Amino acid sequence: MPWRLLRFGLSRKHPEPRMFSPSGDLKPAYDVVIIGAGGHGLAAAYYLAREHGITNVAVLEKGYIGGGNTGRNTTIIRSNYLTPEGVKFYDASVKLWQDLSEDFDLNLFYSTRGHFTLAHTDSAVRTMRWRAEVNKHYGIESELVGPDFVKRACPSIDISCSGHAPILGALYHAPGAVARHDAVAWGYGRGACQRGVEIHQQTAVTGIEVKGGKVVGVQTTRGHIATNKVLCAVAGFTPRVTEMVGVDTPIYIHPLQAMVSEPMKPWLDQIFVSGSLHIYISQSARGELVMGASLDPYEVQSTRSTLDFTEGLSAHMLDMFPFLSHVKVNRQWAGMADMTPDFAPIMGKTPVEGFYLDSGWGTWGFKATPVCGKTMAWTVANDAPHDLITGFSLDRFRNYALTGEKGAASVGH
Amino acid sequence: MKLMPCPLNGLRPVSEFVYWGELRPAPDAATCSDAEWADFVFNRNGAPGVKREWWCHTPSNTWFIAERDTEKDRVLRTWLPGGEP
Repeated sequence: MPWRLLRFGLSRKHPEPRMFSPSGDLKPAYDVVIIGAGGHGLAAAYYLAREHGITNVAVLEKGYIGGGNTGRNTTIIRSNYLTPEGVKFYDASVKLWQDLSEDFDLNLFYSTRGHFTLAHTDSAVRTMRWRAEVNKHYGIESELVGPDFVKRACPSIDISCSGHAPILGALYHAPGAVARHDAVAWGYGRGACQRGVEIHQQTAVTGIEVKGGKVVGVQTTRGHIATNKVLCAVAGFTPRVTEMVGVDTPIYIHPLQAMVSEPMKPWLDQIFVSGSLHIYISQSARGELVMGASLDPYEVQSTRSTLDFTEGLSAHMLDMFPFLSHVKVNRQWAGMADMTPDFAPIMGKTPVEGFYLDSGWGTWGFKATPVCGKTMAWTVANDAPHDLITGFSLDRFRNYALTGEKGAASVGH
Repeated sequence: MKLMPCPLNGLRPVSEFVYWGELRPAPDAATCSDAEWADFVFNRNGAPGVKREWWCHTPSNTWFIAERDTEKDRVLRTWLPGGEP
């Protein structure tokens, strides 16, 4: 292998194909402009090209591919939600996930682990039972299990949680999985490029031109583009973009922080979430423990991280896994979560014709990447909301018809 | 540790405070339209900027207004309601 690598390095031709085609200059016009080259934006570009034959598409990214929340989440994939809209939507996503590596011819390290949402109180047990029944009704593998089952699955867990909050039961969701998040963005990006889509990194959108209630163009730091369709898939930057077209939304931004430990030998197969302790944890393929907690308690539009977060999360983690006391934290970071009042996304058409939103993905966006791409591509191509996303329209707030997705993020509310 | 200047108690750790959202004028519930009310109840200004916000110092239950840059997370000044700075 080193010999091959050396030969590759010295070769003038570089026989390996590039992941993305070089982007070159912006064209004066595109059929569709997608703002944001994260998982969602690139997935929409991929399905627009693959399923709708729309390839005159530019994906504009002010940073680099997958550098936003796509690369900042904790990579958990599950479909054990609470509302029928949510359950059906995320189930469609999990099914797409399972074939994605083959679709891309790229290993996403998709790994089915089993997902436990722990209940430490009677009322939490009741909610878990409710979720299990909704899930079963839609044919999704979820069940309520007792503390013995949890202990058998993960012998290292302290069922009493240091006596503070004993585990009374859990919602067990066997298809719960993790995957390499950057590979997802790269897979969709490569697939889209191969079909003719252009990805322009280091290209920020500075304005969107609207005439007579219709989108007619986009201003960028690299020049002007004429287009009639703009899809906004920018997570925590959504309010800055909706401001450009004068669309009001209920989206507010709180940071969501996460951290990883130093790498350890594999000891944790499953994914554990505790709403009462405000934590979730899984072990990555590299052996690092990937850990997260609830949202920061107030609005901030930046990706700063805090020591308060690390201290609080570590303390709760030790309640559950006391033997981790000697393990060091390797790094921490934050993403900007675009939250909505009912913990459900905002997807589809807006009052401005040709301006489509894929937003409100708060703390639950990564797992929805494939189905979002697919349904948003359909929505943009047909200028009508896909059946699976009608419950997530921006109109629902104006009509007082909220979706109420309490199963959204497993921690913090 | 981040510190927040409480107008009554001086600098205190931010963990002692609760954030209660941006200060926004409410429309008259008796006369406004459903759409105006929905706009007030749900819509928010999520873009970064210098905003006036409700905060409460929980140990002393002191409600006050803070002017804060929400992008840099920097508190510019705080004052008690009614006592404009």
